Amino acid sequence: MSSRLLNQIGLFFAALVFVSPAILFFLWMISLSLKFEIDNGAYPPILIPEHLAWSNYAKVFEENNFLLYLWNSVLVTGTATLLALLIGVPAGYGIARLKAERSAVVIMIARMTPGLSYLIPLFLLFQWVGILGTLWPQIIIHLVVTVPIVVWVMIGYFETTPMELEEAANIDGASSWQVFRLVALPIAKPGIVVAFILSVIFSWNNFVFGVVLASRETRTLPVAVYNMLSYEQVSWGPLAAAALVVTLPVLVLTMFAQRQIVAGLTAGAVKGG
Amino acid sequence: MSATTPERTGVTTQAIEGSQAIRLAPNYWPFVIPALIVVGAVIVFPWAFTLWMSVNRWTLGQSRSFAGVENYLRLAVDQRFWESLFHTLTYTFLSVAAPMILGTVAALIFDARFPLRGLLRGVFVMPMMATPVAVALVWTMMFHPQLGVLNYLLSLVGIPAQEWIFNANTVIPSLVAVETWQWTPLVMLIVLGGLASVPREPFESAEIDGANAWQQFRYLTLPMIAPFLMIAVIIRTIDALKSFDIIYAMTQGGPGTASETINIYLYNTAFSYYDIGYGSAMAVVFFIVIVALSFILLMLRQRSQWIGVEGK
Repeated sequence: MSSRLLNQIGLFFAALVFVSPAILFFLWMISLSLKFEIDNGAYPPILIPEHLAWSNYAKVFEENNFLLYLWNSVLVTGTATLLALLIGVPAGYGIARLKAERSAVVIMIARMTPGLSYLIPLFLLFQWVGILGTLWPQIIIHLVVTVPIVVWVMIGYFETTPMELEEAANIDGASSWQVFRLVALPIAKPGIVVAFILSVIFSWNNFVFGVVLASRETRTLPVAVYNMLSYEQVSWGPLAAAALVVTLPVLVLTMFAQRQIVAGLTAGAVKGG
Repeated sequence: MSATTPERTGVTTQAIEGSQAIRLAPNYWPFVIPALIVVGAVIVFPWAFTLWMSVNRWTLGQSRSFAGVENYLRLAVDQRFWESLFHTLTYTFLSVAAPMILGTVAALIFDARFPLRGLLRGVFVMPMMATPVAVALVWTMMFHPQLGVLNYLLSLVGIPAQEWIFNANTVIPSLVAVETWQWTPLVMLIVLGGLASVPREPFESAEIDGANAWQQFRYLTLPMIAPFLMIAVIIRTIDALKSFDIIYAMTQGGPGTASETINIYLYNTAFSYYDIGYGSAMAVVFFIVIVALSFILLMLRQRSQWIGVEGK
């Protein structure tokens, strides 16, 4: 009995060793964001300072138009995700029912394609249409990220939902659309939640599209934070605070929806080959 | 696969005959068409356009002229391109190998039961969801040669200070460390899924036959999870080849061009020098490299599945 307990404690510490880089990183990130310049420049480094510099956070929001960029991020991620759900959920259903496995290849190719190779042609197209100063180019190009995720997750989900109910509704004379809306969709809710969460996270985190397409007024948060680095004389406190603000929504979402994220990622991954 | 498709009115009679016919009856194409249009507009069109641009001499703001394969020939003798290809392959190899080894060991640990397992797994997964640019910023501060916390930690165990991303010789391994930190959890999750599907019985009989832990891992676990390991390798390879955010935000390919991968060189060509014809040719070649590597790995996966079956 005691050897089993010993074994468990051993496993716990082994796991702790693997998790410690993550713990240390996030602790250090918080520490950097809450220290005055003098503490951030101290050697040996200080983990917990005597005086907490909450002003770093205030500085982030006062300067740099941060609220505008936050709003831009919400608009781009929100619209790109909603459009992807609107288009991708029915598509996932159709592909699953048609058993059109080959269409999955298209999604694989989309996953293999570097984001930059979409950027050159679409950049020219947006310039030609004349919408470069608005948020639309970013919303449209984020569909490259969000639509494949949603379709991918939904194919996997609809493949596992039972056909019997749909067949029964079919015999009773329901149209394909009615079967989808009234029978298939309600069962698929958990799958839609998974698709929504993953789509939000990957769209929110995206950097490369914004760095090319965003102008001064249309920056999203990752681009804004990157620009803080290159502009001002770098002071670590506000920079770390800004980095934390950008990634905090995603980390909170990860904490609360861990089960769904793991399910979505591994399902996609395992089918992904 | 007969030529005639069932008529709408025939559904009920065929329903009685067998469910095979029903699946053909409802029309599912309208569900897919909107997505097809979007995919066509934002994925297929850019590809077609990229191919066309790659055979043109075209710098933004100047006139365009047909160039044939000139851009591709230019690539073949562009030393900076070959160097960036070498950086990409080095970076990719290391960024696949390290997370694969660490992720597999982590999965073996997290497959067992122990206190606070759920919580620790939750924290372990967080790096891969964190915003890459934010991650890159904080790592840059930690890598700082004078004030960074990493050199301080090294000094505690008596290792001399490193220059990390600020030295041409250590920049790629340093970036790989960040990539590994971020993406080991994904490998862990995939392998964990594989371990969950492993049956218990063979281990019980191996135990009776006196096999030790290493033998059980080597001759039972490993063959059975091989297909999952291959999936992890494929996904990791694709992602590492495409890696952009971390490298661009931390070094922009520097110092000099020491960490310039194809993706970074491509970015600079198209959006710093505005040479979009040449950049497009690079994008095409880059894509071919990714597809070719994925294809080789897929072939290997076919084989590993056979080994997997034999293992059972």
